[in-house]
Parts: sequence; C-alpha cells; structure tokens
Amino acid sequence: MSHDRNAVRISAAVIILAFLVAVLRLWQLQVIEGRDMRKASEGNRFRVIDIYAPRGIIYDRNGIPLVKNAPSFNVSVTPGMLKKGDLEDIAALLSLSPSDIEKKIQAAGGSLEPVTLKEGLGFDELAQVEARLSDFPALQVDMNIERDYIYKDVASHLIGYIGRLTAQEEEDPEYSDVPKGGSVGQWGIERLYDRQLRGVPGKKLIEVDATGREIKVVGEVPPKKGKDLTLALDINVQMAAEKKFSSSAGAFVAINPETGEILGFMSKPSFDPNAFVNGISSADWEKLADDKEHPMLDRVFQSQYPPGSTFKIITAIAALESGAIKPTDKLNGPATFLLGRHVFHDWKKGGHGMLDVEHAIIQSCDTFFYQVGLKTGIEEIAKYARAFGLGRKVKLGLGYEATGLVPDTAWKERVYKCAWYPGDTVSSSIGQSYVLVTPLQMARLVGAVGTGGKFMPRLSFVKLAPGQQPVLDPVGQPISSSTIDLVRTALQGVVNEADGTAYRSRSQLVSFSGKTGTAQTVNGGKRYDSWFVGYAPSDNPEIALAVMAEQTAEEGASAAAPVAKDVIEAYIKEKEGKLALGALLNGVSPEGALVNGTAKIINATAKTSRPLKGAAVNRMGTARPLERDTVRTGGMANANR
Amino acid sequence: MQIDRRHVHNFDWLLLGLVLLASFIGVLTIFSATRPLTGTSHHSSFYIKQLAWMLVGLIGMGVVVKIDYRQFGRFAWIFYAIGLLLLVFVLGMGRMGLGAQRWINLGGISFQPSEIFRLAYIIMLARYLSFLKPPIGVRDFLKMLPLLALLPFGLLVKQPDLGTATTLGMVFLFLCIARGMSKKLITALLLFGLVSGPFLFDIIWHGFLKGYQRDRIVAFMDPEVDPAGIGYNISQSKIAIGSGMVLGKGYLQGTQGPLRFLPENHTDFIFSGFAEEWGLAGCLVLLAIYLAILLRALDTARQAKDDFGALLAMGLTFMFAFYFFFNIGMAMGMLPVVGIPLPFMSYGGTAVFSNYIAVGLLINVRLRRFELFY
Repeated sequence: MSHDRNAVRISAAVIILAFLVAVLRLWQLQVIEGRDMRKASEGNRFRVIDIYAPRGIIYDRNGIPLVKNAPSFNVSVTPGMLKKGDLEDIAALLSLSPSDIEKKIQAAGGSLEPVTLKEGLGFDELAQVEARLSDFPALQVDMNIERDYIYKDVASHLIGYIGRLTAQEEEDPEYSDVPKGGSVGQWGIERLYDRQLRGVPGKKLIEVDATGREIKVVGEVPPKKGKDLTLALDINVQMAAEKKFSSSAGAFVAINPETGEILGFMSKPSFDPNAFVNGISSADWEKLADDKEHPMLDRVFQSQYPPGSTFKIITAIAALESGAIKPTDKLNGPATFLLGRHVFHDWKKGGHGMLDVEHAIIQSCDTFFYQVGLKTGIEEIAKYARAFGLGRKVKLGLGYEATGLVPDTAWKERVYKCAWYPGDTVSSSIGQSYVLVTPLQMARLVGAVGTGGKFMPRLSFVKLAPGQQPVLDPVGQPISSSTIDLVRTALQGVVNEADGTAYRSRSQLVSFSGKTGTAQTVNGGKRYDSWFVGYAPSDNPEIALAVMAEQTAEEGASAAAPVAKDVIEAYIKEKEGKLALGALLNGVSPEGALVNGTAKIINATAKTSRPLKGAAVNRMGTARPLERDTVRTGGMANANR
Repeated sequence: MQIDRRHVHNFDWLLLGLVLLASFIGVLTIFSATRPLTGTSHHSSFYIKQLAWMLVGLIGMGVVVKIDYRQFGRFAWIFYAIGLLLLVFVLGMGRMGLGAQRWINLGGISFQPSEIFRLAYIIMLARYLSFLKPPIGVRDFLKMLPLLALLPFGLLVKQPDLGTATTLGMVFLFLCIARGMSKKLITALLLFGLVSGPFLFDIIWHGFLKGYQRDRIVAFMDPEVDPAGIGYNISQSKIAIGSGMVLGKGYLQGTQGPLRFLPENHTDFIFSGFAEEWGLAGCLVLLAIYLAILLRALDTARQAKDDFGALLAMGLTFMFAFYFFFNIGMAMGMLPVVGIPLPFMSYGGTAVFSNYIAVGLLINVRLRRFELFY
C-alpha cells in the first residue's frame, strides 16, 4: 500500500496548497479590495432619486391658468435584466422596432441604468404596458409631471415652452440643480422666468433591490415647488385678437401705456408649445423650420416692417414741434404730388382738397404729408421718431430683437454712400422708403402719445403688484401739450369721424383712437402690410395696441382695425364686468356698482363734445358716479336694464 | 438490531461533527439568504426543507454505515448500471430546469439522478482500480476508457450537467494517478494532451458546449466586459464576498442576496452570502472546517485496510475537494461559472442526501479499518 500512502500525502499537500490559494484570494477580495467592494455593494443598494419639484403655474392677469402640470408616463427598460426574446416582445408591445430599442440601449452604454424607450404614453398604451409589466421584470413605467399648455398655440411666442436640458445646459452652472434629463424653460416666459418657475427638486435616498424596486426610503429632502407667476397678459384680450385676426401672418401686441404691462401678445403663424415638452420629433421640427411663413419667428419684435401711414403720427408731431406748420395751416391734398419729375400718389384717387393737419391725419392724406415732410426735413422727423423709441431695441429679454430703422442723411451716407434726396424725405414722411419698425415699438409709441407724450413705461411681462410703481422712461424730446392734444384729437377722429380711415371699426362701447396704415413692400411680389396702432379709451388710455397683418391685398383700415376694435371691446367689457362684480363683493348695492362700472362707458360713448377731457373720470379708470338717470348700459351692465 | 460496541467506539464522530457543523452553518446562511425583503412577506421555507433533507440524509447514512462497504464494492456494477440507466432516463424524460434537463420527478419529489450517479460512479471506479495491479499501463487505461469515462461523461455533458461531468472527470484522472500510472501512460497522456488539446478544445467548444455555457466561460475570462450581462453573477458574487471585509456585515445584515443582486444565493452562490455576512474571519473558520473534513477523509484512505476502501475514500475525498474548490473558486471569480453546489451548505435535497451517503461511506471505511477479513 506504499503507493496509496504516497498518494494520500501528496493529495493532502495539494489540498492544503489549494486552501492557501483560496485564503490569498479571500485576502485580496476582502482586505485589499474590501473597501471598494463595500462601496460597490452600497452603490448597488442605494439610489438617489430626484423628486420632481412642481413647476410654478403661469396665470394670466385675472388668475386664469395658462399652463398646467399634467402627469405623463414613460416606459423604460433595464438592459441587464432582459431575458432572451424579451426584446422582440417589448418592441411589439410598444409598437417600436427591436433594432430601435437596441440602438437606444447601445447609446445609453451601461446596462444597469434604465433606458427610456417611449415617453408620453397614451392611456390605452399605458393600460397595455401595465398589464404586461409582471412578464417583463426589465420593464418599468415612471410618471413624470409634464407641462400642458392649455391654450396651445395662443400666445405661444410669449409663454414659450419647456424642454429637456440640452447638452450645453447640462454644463451650465445655472442648471446645476436640475436632474439629468430634466426639463427647463427653453423659450419665452418659461425661459426668462425659469429660475423662479423651476423650484428646487428634492432628493430621496432609497434602498433598492436588483430590479431597481424601492425597498425602503432611507432619507428624503422634500422638493420646493416653483413660484407661480402672474402675467400681465389678459387671456380674454388675447383671445379676442386670436379670433378676429384673419391674416395668415402678422402680429398683435397690447400694453397698458401707463404701467407698461403687456396685455396681449400674438405672432402669426404660431406653434403649439406642447410639441416641445417631450422633445419635438425631427419631422415636426423640420415642418416648423421649413415653413415659409416661419412660425417660430416672433413678429411682435423680431420682424421689422415699414410703418406706412402710422408713421404720420411722428411726421405730424415733428412738423408741429419744429414749427414747420401751425395747427391751423391748411394745405391742398391733391391726388398726386410732383417733386421734380417724380410723381408721388395719394391713396385716394380724387384727392382730399384743402385740409389742416388734424384732418390730414384723420383722412390719412398722403400728399399733405409729402409737403409737410419736405417742410420739416428728415432730421427733425428722425429726431422725434427716435424720441419715441423707434430705431432702438425695446430690450424685452426674450432674445434677439429687431432694431428697426430711423433713416437720416448721415445714415444714408454711411450705408449707401450717397446723398439723401428730397424724394427720400417725401417717402419717409408717410412711413415708406427706409423706415422700419416693429409692432412692439409702435404699440409703445402710440401708447406714449395717448398718455400725453411725456413718458414711456418700461414694458413688463408680469402683472405689477398693487401699489408697485412702473418704471417710466421720459420721451426723448419735450413735446408741447398743444401738439399732443391735437394729435390725440386727430387719432380719435380717425376712428370716430365719418371721414376717418377706421370709421367702420368704431365701437358703440367705447371711443378709441388710432391710426391706420398700409405699407407697401416689394418682397418677391407686391405686399400690403396692414397696420392699426391705437389706444382706448380715447381720453384716458388704458390699453395701447398695434396690429400688423402681413400680405393682405386689402387696404390697411379693413384688415387690422377690426382686430383692434374687438380687442378693445373685449378689454372694456371685461373691465366693466369685473368692476361690477368687485362692487358686489364689497357689499355695494348692485345699482351703485353698475353706476360705478358703466360710468366710464357713458363718458366714452357720449362723443358729442370732442376732445373729451374725462372730467368725471380719474386716472385709474374708476369713475365717480354720474347722475343715475344718464346710465346707459354696456357689457355686463345689461343685467340692470 | 444490535449495535456493535466497537462500532460506536470506532465511529468517526469527528467527521460527522464537522459535516453537521458545515450543514448547520449552511442552514443559517440559507435562512439569511432567503429572508424576505420586508417584514410583511413570509420567510420562504428553504431552510426547513434543508433541515428535513439533512434528517433523511442522516438516516441514509446510518443505513450505509451498517452495511460493510465491501458489500457496496461487490455490487458496484449493479449500482453503476442503475446509475447509467437513470442518466439515460433523465435525458428522455427530464424536465426543464435552468435550461438543463437534470431532474426526475417521482410522485411530487424531484431528484437529480446525476447526484446519485456520482456515488455509484466512484464506487465502481474504486472497485475497478482496486483490481488493477499498479502501475496502470496504457492498455489498462484504454480498456477503462469507454465504459468508465466516455459513456458516463458523454451522458452527463449531454444533459447538460457540465459541473458533475467536470468533477467526475477530475476524480477519474486523479484517482488513476493516485493508483499509480506507468511512465509510458504518463508520457502518452501528456503527448496526447499536447497534440490533441487544441482540437479537443475546438470539439468541446463548438460541439458540446451550449451558448450559455460558452458565455459563462467568456464572462469568466473577462467579467468587466459586461458586468450586467453574462459577467453579472461573477461581479456581484465578488462584490458580496469583498464587501464582507474582515469582520463581515453581520448575520442577517447582508444585502447582496436579499436584494437579489446576487442570484442563486442559497444554492450555488451560498459561499458569497456567507462571506458577505461573516467576512474574512468567518471564511477562515469555514475553510478550516472544510480542510479538516478533507484531511480527515484522506486519513480514512490512509488507514483503510484494503485497496478498495482506500481508493473509495480517496475518490470521495477528491469529489468533495473538487466540489468545494470549484464552488468557492467560481464564487471568488477564479473559475468559470459551472453550476456546482457547495457540499453540505448549498440548498438542494438530492445533493444533501447524496453527500450524507458519501460521508456514510467514508465513516464505513474508517469504522472497519481494524476488522479482519472473514
């Protein structure tokens, strides 16, 4: 048995040696690498979950929500847990192709982290996936709170949208607290006020099992909800404009000329911000980008147009202030005006006859302003145009802005290297030639005229808090009150006089003022851009607006002014209704409330004496009661009849 | 039935004690590994079933000890034939379990024939080798090859039960070496290995191994390639062992198993769960227990009074050794993942029973070391 004895001894030696190797290996794993391994096991076990901070809600000035936070369901897969054949079944379940899923998994790299396969599941899809979840442990459904833009394409240029954090933003310290794959404001108000709306996401430390299932919560830092934002925007005003605006492209903007609050803001064509929330599909994006009408362009301040006859407001002010003409001076307004051998036409075939500057504005007489422009000179016109903010950015903070253009001799010499001709002045005086403005600049200009020509308020997207003083910028040149009064009277006449160019758009509810314009541009073909800029009520403006409709073949007065009328009436009706309601809630008798509420309308619609000084109305628009028996009704006040 | 007093005296209480110790550590580890994640759900009954199987195993061991081991040698060929038939049977009737057909269902109790077969095989091998006059020549070796190697290993690989096939293959080789080989045979085997190695590898790799088996070997070679894919088990097992550090996380404090990062944590990867909770300190104690079991079994071989007893004890020792080292080697990421349970500790009825019978045979051989031949 000597062989066996040897064999036993050798076997024992080999076994002991193998044990030593095992001990060495244990030493390596548990002592040398122990700390790392412990960390790895903790990393397995614990997961930090970001808790979504509800984004602040954006309200209109009357507290109507413009957006809401809606749950959205995403389905994701943990590649490491996929079993054979799962991929095909999951692809069928989600109606995706297996190769797409594989691509997504490959792009994600690691296989322990869930990879999102599909976002924004519909309810049917959700039900189907939920029903099969137990069959595919690799699959999970997560709820995200997404933004729902209730009014879709209404005011979308202003409200903007949120979208997934871009690669660039992930590097930006500004977004350091936003979890990976989170959404931030990418456009408009959502972007401008992102910091406030975003809130601070919370964190939750959870213990998970291998499937990522939560076992227990170890610790939690609750999220801080984003602050709500109340815009100056009035959705009723906005909807009135949206409804009436018939052109395929154009812009509308309304501001409170006293406070600078932006009440309405529309650019057409528009887009639906909901398409961006979950990441816009490339097909949708191409459609937007390739659209010849450029829906993403914000025509309120990113597009510049010749102002056409609306510019006559400036020409008139410059002429009167420089003393080129006196208010009482009458000139002939024929059908044509001859400068050298060049013929300048009036829009009216028969001409206007003899008329003063007030009626020249009311009738928008071109030939009158050709002559006045020549008398005043381009330098004076440019000076007053600049005084009212033309040729200068408004600085809204929403990104790129068009500057507009106020031409003068120096500008032409600099850019075109040639002299300024008198013909240039003739064209410029009716807002043609080189003059360019944005609708926003025009709304601010006409608002400043309506409030007395002394100041222009800083524009605000946000509703001012009660008692908060608006920031006022003085108008660049002192304007005499006689000039401003004359222009205001004329602008009221444009709408309310029988020979005014916007007479057809006058309102039974309120007297408003404004100026029409038709700018001819040659851009591939002849284009008529229709303008209306104005304010209401005439005597004490609370809303100033600009309406711009591109490419209408009609005259300006018939395309833009009706939009202005509807907007103004919507504004007035809403205000009266609110006043009546407010009085009711304050315990004032309904009759008293109605007197309060309608006083302004009485004053405004009784347009027998002009200019209206609004003696019974204070600046804030809350009227002292007039005699009871003069009450006429309008808007909500009908109830009392 | 009368119990021989000499038998009580010569009974290997030490080996039985060590085996029971390892088994109870196993039950404790199974209890911890299968504990529910939350207080509400029920604790699965694996540990109770394991205890029950231990009891059955002890009864079986008692029966085996009572019968003189030479009787087993005498009827080795019958056991072996039955074992082979079972393997053939499982190929035809086996039910699917983890991609492998290894189970036979008998009235509600399913068992793995390969667990029974391995005992029959080792008895048969010991019996056969005991008749060969050492050293074993080339001709002797070639004579053994068809019935004692090619047929059984082929059936096992076909199942496929790569773990059992590999261990028994090693036992076959090592027991032949232990019996003693002629220089010619050694030279011939070395030459054969060198020349046909690459071809054999190719044949085994493409002809015998299934896709998942190849994956496991690839994963073993480089587990970092894809920690969540095929290398996942290895990585998680290493993390479990390493995270135990020196003193362990404490009993019932392990997380890798209950949170399901570590699969099969109460069967093939039970060592990882133990190491996580008891650390290097616990592992050294456990290793010492197994080392003592193996050395004690070898000592039985040394003291056996006949060649068959010595070869049987040595064969069983090799079997336990290979099971043990393959299992912990796999858990520590030193060997590819082949489904091999840790003797005495891993959950599994047939394996517990079979191992207790094997221990019974060892005790049997030791018990009768002083007996005279009648």
